[in-house]
Amino acid sequence: MNAKGYSIALMFCASFAEAQGFAGLGTDAEGFAMPDAGYEFEFPTDHGPHPAYRIEWWYLTANLDGADGQTYGMQWTLFRSALAPTEGDGWSSPQIWFGHAALTTKTAHFAAERFARGGIGQAGVTAEPFEAWIDDWRLSGPSLSDVSLRAGGEEFGYDLTLKTDAPFVPQGENGYSVKAASGQASHYYSQPFYEVSGTLALPDGQVEVTGQGWLDREWSSELLARSQEGWDWFSLHLGGGARLMGFVLRDDAAGDYTSATWIAPDGTPTPYPDGAFTAEPLRAAEVAGRDIPVRWRLKLPGQALDVEVTAVNEQAWNPLAFPYWEGPVTVTGSHAGRGYLEMTGYE
Amino acid sequence: MLLSVETLTKTYPAEGGRLTVLDGISMSLDAGRTLALTGESGSGKSTLLHLIGGLDVPDAGRVMVDGTDIAALDDKGRAALRRGTVGVVFQQFNLIPSLDVSANIAFQARLAGRHDPAWDARLARALGLEDQLGKYPEELSGGQQQRVAIGRTLAARPRLILADEPTGNLDEATGDRVLDLFLQLVAETGAALLTVTHSGRLAARMDAQLVLSQGRVA
Amino acid sequence: MIRAGLSALLSHWLRRPFQLVTLVTGLALATALWSGVQAINAEARASYDQAAETLGEARYPQIVPDGADFPQADYVGLRRAGWPVTPVIEGRLRAGGQSVRLIGIDPLTAPADIAPDTVEVETDLAGFITPPGLLYANPETAPALSGLGLRVVPAASVAPGTAIGDIGIVQGLLGQPGRLTRLILTGDAPGTPLQDIASGLTRRAQAESNDIARLTDSFHLNLTAFGLLSFAVGLFIVHGAIGLAFEQRRPVFRTLRALGLPLRTLIGLLSLELVILALVSGGIGMALGYLIAAALLPDVAATLRGLYGADVSGQLSLRPAWWAAGMVIALLGTAIAAAGAFWRVARLPLLASAQPRAWSRGSAAGRLAQGAAAAALGLVALGLALVGSGLVAGFVLLGVLLIAAALALPLVLHGVLVLAAGAARGALPQWFWADTRQQLPGLSLALMALLLALAANIGVGTMVQSFRATFTGWLDQRLAAELYVRASDPAEAERLLAYLDGRVDAVLPIVSVDAVVMGAPAEIFGVADHATYRDNWPLLSALPDVWDRVARGEAVLVNEQLARREALAPGDPLPLPGGDTRTIGGVYSDYGNPLAQVLIGLDAFRARYPDAPELNFGLRLPAPDAPALQRALTDEAGIAPDQITDQQSLKRFSLGIFERTFAVTGALNVLTLAVAGFAILTSLLTLSTMRQPQLAPVWALGLTRASLARLEILRALFLALVTFIAAIPVGLLLAYVLLAVINVEAFGWRLPMQVFPGDWLWLGALSMLAALLAALWPARRLARTPPAELLKVFANER
Ligand SMILES: Nc1ncnc2c1ncn2[C@@H]1O[C@H](COP(=O)(O)OP(=O)(O)OP(=O)(O)O)[C@@H](O)[C@H]1O
Ligand SMILES: [Mg+2]
Repeated sequence: MNAKGYSIALMFCASFAEAQGFAGLGTDAEGFAMPDAGYEFEFPTDHGPHPAYRIEWWYLTANLDGADGQTYGMQWTLFRSALAPTEGDGWSSPQIWFGHAALTTKTAHFAAERFARGGIGQAGVTAEPFEAWIDDWRLSGPSLSDVSLRAGGEEFGYDLTLKTDAPFVPQGENGYSVKAASGQASHYYSQPFYEVSGTLALPDGQVEVTGQGWLDREWSSELLARSQEGWDWFSLHLGGGARLMGFVLRDDAAGDYTSATWIAPDGTPTPYPDGAFTAEPLRAAEVAGRDIPVRWRLKLPGQALDVEVTAVNEQAWNPLAFPYWEGPVTVTGSHAGRGYLEMTGYE
Repeated sequence: MLLSVETLTKTYPAEGGRLTVLDGISMSLDAGRTLALTGESGSGKSTLLHLIGGLDVPDAGRVMVDGTDIAALDDKGRAALRRGTVGVVFQQFNLIPSLDVSANIAFQARLAGRHDPAWDARLARALGLEDQLGKYPEELSGGQQQRVAIGRTLAARPRLILADEPTGNLDEATGDRVLDLFLQLVAETGAALLTVTHSGRLAARMDAQLVLSQGRVA
Repeated sequence: MIRAGLSALLSHWLRRPFQLVTLVTGLALATALWSGVQAINAEARASYDQAAETLGEARYPQIVPDGADFPQADYVGLRRAGWPVTPVIEGRLRAGGQSVRLIGIDPLTAPADIAPDTVEVETDLAGFITPPGLLYANPETAPALSGLGLRVVPAASVAPGTAIGDIGIVQGLLGQPGRLTRLILTGDAPGTPLQDIASGLTRRAQAESNDIARLTDSFHLNLTAFGLLSFAVGLFIVHGAIGLAFEQRRPVFRTLRALGLPLRTLIGLLSLELVILALVSGGIGMALGYLIAAALLPDVAATLRGLYGADVSGQLSLRPAWWAAGMVIALLGTAIAAAGAFWRVARLPLLASAQPRAWSRGSAAGRLAQGAAAAALGLVALGLALVGSGLVAGFVLLGVLLIAAALALPLVLHGVLVLAAGAARGALPQWFWADTRQQLPGLSLALMALLLALAANIGVGTMVQSFRATFTGWLDQRLAAELYVRASDPAEAERLLAYLDGRVDAVLPIVSVDAVVMGAPAEIFGVADHATYRDNWPLLSALPDVWDRVARGEAVLVNEQLARREALAPGDPLPLPGGDTRTIGGVYSDYGNPLAQVLIGLDAFRARYPDAPELNFGLRLPAPDAPALQRALTDEAGIAPDQITDQQSLKRFSLGIFERTFAVTGALNVLTLAVAGFAILTSLLTLSTMRQPQLAPVWALGLTRASLARLEILRALFLALVTFIAAIPVGLLLAYVLLAVINVEAFGWRLPMQVFPGDWLWLGALSMLAALLAALWPARRLARTPPAELLKVFANER
């Protein structure tokens, strides 16, 4: 589906813009629920949607090794964006859904997107048995710890199973992830321990793959502070089984805001406050007519981490209604490993 | 007295007033007599002829034809006069282009109700038109057309024949031949003839001559 | 040299301003009628395109149901199977006394290019998709929607008569929650077959989807044919005026050439002169054409809406392409009209008598050539009638017939005049006939124009009258129920039926669905087993016991349009949506409906389309009781007055549509006749200035000017009369072609031809009046010519 409405792009941006700037009471001016620092996750219920919040996503990435010896990266995301904090029946539902699917090789990057209205069954998420779908894209299984995924675009597709015994990992303070000094926050948990196997469909044919997957679950009504321009988000599988989530919310006015969580191989999280984690761009490449950092130096002194993160494919650009960079990376330095990098807000 | 003209005046509108073309002309002509009207070009000969023929109306003066004052006639009366009493032979022949020669010859006679096929046939023979009867005017030579015009006038047997340079468009030899014929036939019908001409030879053959100069009798 | 030459040439027009007026008027009229029609067509086409644009019908394949609509679960099913489809609901809503086409779209899945621009720029998605929602409407339509309780945004990019809203909002407005009327396929279909997911849906390619444009093609072809006819009639005038102007300037041409102007330069100068004149007249014509189009457009729009359900803007907009085309047609027309004159100039001998010859006696050879051409064209027409098919062939047949008739006219007139002259006694009658014959070549172009206009008038008039007579009778048969009631929803229908129980003789449900039958859009109706139909339904042909068979569901009835298009007859099988086949039990006439129609028994219909709502009913009761019941339905049963129609109003309404359909034709007819009248006037006037050499001798030989003038009038009347009489058979032939060929091709029905001699008398009187008026002026002028003027003919100095 290439013919996408210009209106959609505007609307998408608008909903992100609206998601900014309402500081921390229970509800904002339009009645959307606000994240609560004392909230305890409840699974599997929280795997399902939270329509009272403005935005929410099911964000899956995986670093894969092909039977052909090549490395691959895949991304599948289902976004929920609410125009009003209610769930309505039929077309009158104010819930809007978007799906992004992408597949990255060393030399190529494919991306596709879908749009759907809530309320009519074209897209949605159920917690148990777990199913998240939009059109013919579907992530489903008996539970979110045992799911299969099918999605694709005109030139690519994937059919994967993702399994894990590991627990879901709360990010930030027990799942309350602060995004700015002024208090914007979200509810955020991850599943960084998926074992992935399955098949990729590429223009040249099918490839059997295995690898590691990472799911982020996040919902909020106020993601960014007004002056924040974008983010750089790292999710890394490190040697020895540990995981690192770290992000930088770039802000020229108020100063960048960083956050990180060190996840031990057994899933125990250690959250780090603003400033503990640093990310320094080392080299930029021209991507889609703009300069985008494709090599980074990350430091987390608390874990004696000092690594360089390099894009597997510098051109991992998602040219969608809301365009951004999202692709697999390799990690070298004090720790070795691989992972995914998402970068938004580069004009 | 078949024709008498008394102090006839005719003017035409012209730049800065009126142009007097005929200025108090008086003349007369008896039945069966012939009269030549001469004068320099523009002296008013044709105008006088037209007034006598009931084709136009004078500004002042009288034209009496056979006892009727033409000036007093209305359009209809003048038409009747043209039909019945007067016959005009034009310099430009003025045949009716849509009718053939025999129909042209017979036309006025039939309008006047005096059509006599035998007389027509005689005229045609005399005028040398027997072989042209089925032709249309545009198929005839100038001399032939003039003979048809003469035939048309004579066929109607008018009491007064007016001819405006009847041979002016013809070469001299043809003109003479046609004229001889014309005069001979006029004599035969006993009509009075008033003919406008530049030719002294022709004028000499008339009973009398009248010379016009600048709208007056010289 | 060129300037001197040009000024010598142009001075002619100053000396003969009337000729200039004739030329300019003729060309302006020709251009005006043609471009007026074109402006109407362009406006209508633009509206269709805009309407099609609204749903991307021209660019995207569509997925349509067999019936009227389908559940949106089918849409979700298709999406979840990977089909790139976007949902559409389309329906009509009566609002503000107007029927508005409502279109609901889903802005999330709709491709950017199907919704009008304004809709995209709007970023208030929440306001658009969540109740109460908002509608984008054509500015002409927006006011009618103001009472719906939601925001209406006027948007010029929305097609006329149309409003666009969110799919959910429009479902609510149309009272069809959860239903869709079609899907637009925006990308490549996946492997899963359509039938596996949604069995009631079929895919239609984009090209065949623009039903409106296809349906209305015939209507526009009709208009175009009329425009062309008017244009041709106008060209007769132009041809006459140019020919005369060239003839009268022969001495000038000759002198210019003798003075050393090369032929090429002369022709170049003349062309330049004509181009200037063509551009000026074309400009005037375009302005006139715009006025004509603006005056006719509302009627055309009403016709198109009534007959085809096509919404056309009543507002004329100026299109550059239209201007350009109009000027080109003016130049082209001038070129055609002047070709002969140019040819003669090119062959003009340097020394020749300067006598004007164009208006002299027509040669027998020329007449013969014309007669031969007419005969040849007649043969072509015969061939076309025998082997040709299709609408275009029909119109070519019409054109060839008309040209053949026009070419034959001088021959006929000549013959009549020869006979008359032969029978004439007396010098004057003989001269009269001979002279008339001589004038014929000068008048024959104008008379041909008159013949064309009269024949077209008789032909179209006969067709319209035949249609009216047949249509009225047909309406009487077809609209048999005394009252027609429409319920707004199933609940109201139930209440209505309960109320009617025992109060009427019969309640006849009128149910229908839109479907695709034999590859084209069609309506399927369910018909109750009732005497109303058995007694009245206008069957053209049928099997025995057809109504019993239909009631049992074995046989179906089809309308004439479908039967003709697919060459179906009673006894043939008809494949129905869903894959089964029924025998055609009969064919009925169904005038005024552009669509194919199938009638099936009510029980069979209900079994086939259980979801189709039964909201419309015909009520049978003694006619005198109808007004009381109508009142009672409103007062006691709570049915809104506008939901009840009595038979008379419905007939009036139907006849109203019919009358409007032909209002435009009628107007063009009158205009064409007026142009022909003008052609005669100008011909007579130009002739009258050249008639003096022919009339002066006759006058000199004893006729009054008044009687000559009377004869001139008599001549014009006589020629008009003969032309009129000649036009009758041509017109009848035309009517036959219109009824038996054009109508069948264009509308799919054939009407019995009926002849209305009373109308001819009118037309005859009218054409005589036109000739009288046209002759009066030159005749008056002749009667008042001063003798001195006529004498100039005899003047020696001539
Ligand atoms: N209709 C008219 N309007 C104005 N002036 C006229 C008209 N007819 C004749 N004239 C003028 O009247 C005068 C006399 O003209 P007329 O034709 O009688 O002369 P004419 O003696 O016949 O000359 P010609 O021998 O050349 O034929 C001329 O000066 C002429 O210009
Ligand atoms: Mg003279």
